Amino acid sequence: MNYSQTFKIEPAGEREIVMTRVFNASADLVFDALTDPKLVKRWLLGPPGWSMPVCEIDLKVGGKYRYVWRNEDGREMAMGGTYREIVRHDRIVNTEKFDEAWYPGEALITTTLVEKDGDTTLTQTMLMVSRQARDEVLKSGMETGVSVSYDRLDEVLKSSAPPNQIKIHS
Amino acid sequence: MVVDYLGATFAALSDPTRRSIVDRLTSGPATVNELAAPFSISQQAVSKHLAYLESACLIERRRAGRQNFCALRPDAIREVAKWAEGYRQVWEKNFHRLDVLLEEMKKQKQHKPKLKR
Repeated sequence: MNYSQTFKIEPAGEREIVMTRVFNASADLVFDALTDPKLVKRWLLGPPGWSMPVCEIDLKVGGKYRYVWRNEDGREMAMGGTYREIVRHDRIVNTEKFDEAWYPGEALITTTLVEKDGDTTLTQTMLMVSRQARDEVLKSGMETGVSVSYDRLDEVLKSSAPPNQIKIHS
Repeated sequence: MVVDYLGATFAALSDPTRRSIVDRLTSGPATVNELAAPFSISQQAVSKHLAYLESACLIERRRAGRQNFCALRPDAIREVAKWAEGYRQVWEKNFHRLDVLLEEMKKQKQHKPKLKR
């Protein structure tokens, strides 16, 4: 299986965005990689040039976590939240808020791990505080269709020929 | 802040009517009347959408004689396109790194079956 091709982002209901991905590992390993600061720092890095100097996780209900990313050029980005539910190797519910949020309010993140035949499906549901916030995130191109549309639009904008058939909507 | 700027852009594009308007403008400048024609909403409502798009720097208004034209500001759209593609790629890269890490963890586990968690 090509695991990178199992990556999906799609809307659900009015205020949710669901991200899924299959990993070739047991649920307990994936759970550790998601919750052990030493391990999180190794993969949750974003685009090239960013590192994660701060990764604090107090893994208990009511416990807080805080992530800070730093770019080589000095820029910083940070977010954090509180754990609402923790079921080891199975399920995590936490709030999420960026220090400089580009969508209103905070989001509630539910992460579930389902292991089958040695693979684990990670499903991360992001529940936005409002439908508007959800739409803003989605229209930002997280949906493949929209992202592809934007790509096409970008191509057209780069070319000097008059654009004819562009679809910006999904 | 780049983030605020993008936030305004996304909010502007979160509405289907506004996306249609932007879509229409990709084939060239148009008057308010022309933009309003495909919609069953009032010209006043369309003007409101145009004001929103203008405040988000997605479009600009130009005057030619007695006519008021609306035109896209490609720099704003290009910024959105860049960011949107970036977001997906960020998660693809994150998950790819997680794949690599999990492989390493599996190997360690084989060597040390009672790995402390």
